Amino acid sequence: MANAAADKGGFLNNLGRIYALYTGGFFGFIVLVGILEQLGVQQKYLGYMFMGLTILVYAFIGIVSRTTDVGEYYVAGRSVPAFYNGMATGADWMSAASFIGMAGSLYLLGYDGLAFVLGWTGGYVLVAVLIAPFLRKFGAYTVPDFLAARYGGNGARLMGVIVLLACSFTYVVAQIFGTGLIAQRFIGLDFTVAVYVGLLGILVCSMLGGMKAVTWTQVAQYIVLIVAYLIPVVWMSAKKFGIPLPQLTYGQALQSITQLEQEFVQKGLATQAVVNARAHVTPFNSYSPANYFWLIFCLMVGTASLPHVLMRYFTTPSVRDARKSVAWSLLFIFMLYFTAPAYAAFSKLEVYSTLIGKNIADLPAWVFTWGKLGLVNICGKAAASVEAVTASCGAIAGHAGVLRLQDFGINADVVVISTPEIAGLPYVITGLVAAGGLAAALSTADGLLLALANALSHDIYYKMVNPNAPTKQRLVISRVLLVVVAVAAAWTAAQRPADILAMVAWAFSLAAGGLFPALVLGVWWKRTTKQGAIWGMAAGFGVTLMYLLVTRYFPGFGVQYLGMSALLNPVTWAPVVDLKVAMAAPNAMDGWVTLAHPLASKVGWFNINNISAAAFGLPVGFAVMIGVSLITPAPSKELQQFIDDCRRPRGKTLMDEKSGLVAAH
Amino acid sequence: MANNTDDIYWQKTSKLMVTMMILWVFFGYIIHMFVVPLNGIKILGFPLGFYMASQGSLIAFVIMLFWFAKAQDNIDRECGVAEEE
Repeated sequence: MANAAADKGGFLNNLGRIYALYTGGFFGFIVLVGILEQLGVQQKYLGYMFMGLTILVYAFIGIVSRTTDVGEYYVAGRSVPAFYNGMATGADWMSAASFIGMAGSLYLLGYDGLAFVLGWTGGYVLVAVLIAPFLRKFGAYTVPDFLAARYGGNGARLMGVIVLLACSFTYVVAQIFGTGLIAQRFIGLDFTVAVYVGLLGILVCSMLGGMKAVTWTQVAQYIVLIVAYLIPVVWMSAKKFGIPLPQLTYGQALQSITQLEQEFVQKGLATQAVVNARAHVTPFNSYSPANYFWLIFCLMVGTASLPHVLMRYFTTPSVRDARKSVAWSLLFIFMLYFTAPAYAAFSKLEVYSTLIGKNIADLPAWVFTWGKLGLVNICGKAAASVEAVTASCGAIAGHAGVLRLQDFGINADVVVISTPEIAGLPYVITGLVAAGGLAAALSTADGLLLALANALSHDIYYKMVNPNAPTKQRLVISRVLLVVVAVAAAWTAAQRPADILAMVAWAFSLAAGGLFPALVLGVWWKRTTKQGAIWGMAAGFGVTLMYLLVTRYFPGFGVQYLGMSALLNPVTWAPVVDLKVAMAAPNAMDGWVTLAHPLASKVGWFNINNISAAAFGLPVGFAVMIGVSLITPAPSKELQQFIDDCRRPRGKTLMDEKSGLVAAH
Repeated sequence: MANNTDDIYWQKTSKLMVTMMILWVFFGYIIHMFVVPLNGIKILGFPLGFYMASQGSLIAFVIMLFWFAKAQDNIDRECGVAEEE
């Protein structure tokens, strides 16, 4: 700790000035690019400038934060102030999916999409109250560290590592995939090349400095991503309503949307059934009430169990700061999430008021820009050109050549990316949005990679394979594993796995079912035993994973042997698939089916979607953990003392910084 | 003696935890069960039920966490288990 303070004193004492300067510099850069645009510099070069400069800055921070100290590598020397750790957590948390996909999901799902907004914020209450301060007091380097100490041994550690790998790996693949998509769309790189470029951007931030470097780049990335998210929507709000507070003005947009929906019915631009299924502010037309609330629950509990989030709170100087830091984190995350519904409402209003009811022949250019990439559909087909659109609408019987509500389809990812263009803002804003999306993807990927590599190097290698490894060797192994995991993730992303985005949502249920009971009961119920924890984690994780795999990949098996039934349409309550017909088909019992299979993700227990799989895994995990604990002998006196020590903020961390061993009592 | 103050500390901490969990359940779930009637009330164009899910509950969560950090710190100090500054 002493050398950490001496080493970083100058930097840590001047954080405010350094980051204020950085933020000012970033604004100056935006203005500069704006001026270059007016001078006629090509859009392609403006895009390169945004991407290139931001990545260079992250790389610079990564390189100056290099370290050879184990404490700095794993927990940033426990010297990150609450406020800055909050920003870093915000960037760590908000992924490409939040930045690019969230507003789009809200556009498509309306009220029901708010399950994500609620779930991804409310989980922090659980983090602050139930888990983070106690893990900080224990002084863990990784989440499995705590499980091993609390549940006496490597059995619980191994279970923790398995759950961590399962939920973090797919997540990091999705981030690298997102990086590739952004680089491909904005600067025209080939997707595979873009993935490996993104990989370099991630590695340079994390490899040399571990947690310390990741922390300070994440703070820088948060500033870029929040500025990039807010500017376009503030601009639109000012342009449309005269007040630059989109969070207040989109109430009027909501009102206009509801009015337009009714007018569409009157003018024959939509049937009442279509409006009923899509009405923006009406609840429960995409998810049934039960699915809506279970989804919120699974996302919240998953948030409180994801290792890459929890490990951020290991870096604060004290338990008190860990608690404050959770509050700051939520405030910084809130800034984006309470703006996303405004984004969705503005772009929906734009589409409804300018597009629907227009002649198919005079659609604006942006429709075709995105239609060519297959991201905007008109009349059921990609809107590649005026001719293509005319042909596909002409093929619909009785189509009057006027765009109806049900004719228009848009991919969720396009909403944020295309809004500046649709609203007629200059290209500099589009470049800014791309830089923000990139920051979101890179920062989350950094955190995840570190969580994965640390679990392998610290928990598996150092704690289980070679406990006598010298410090230098441990850090070498950490870095080698980081590169190995990163390359494996990039390779997987380059294969373009079909289900990758759905799998991210699964990560929350897997983390919830596998880790939450062991973490919470470990602190709050002294009677939890080693056997209880191991069996409970295995059962919770197993049931969640089983439900996900069976409903998505082996639906016929689920219906035949596990008593699953068809999910129901939330508006009409009719089954979404006719089980009799589907089960009689020759492909009914196929395994590893694609999403096109008639039963894939359309069956389940009690009409619960697979995205909420922890609805089953979590109760089972808790029940098994409590049940087995009660029939096994109570934990020893020493262990009970250990739990008491975790609960009290005063006193040293329980895990020794230098040796990484649990201090003797 | 030491054990006794520990027990009081944990009792107070647990009570604060339960309070937080009740608020969490209320703003996370209960209030949204009334979304349909709440949507009948409009403020600045926002149907209230929609507003609660898109902003209201989020604001409540943020305030709750800052309040919690302070309240728990007060308990720590009162019971003499707070860390040295």
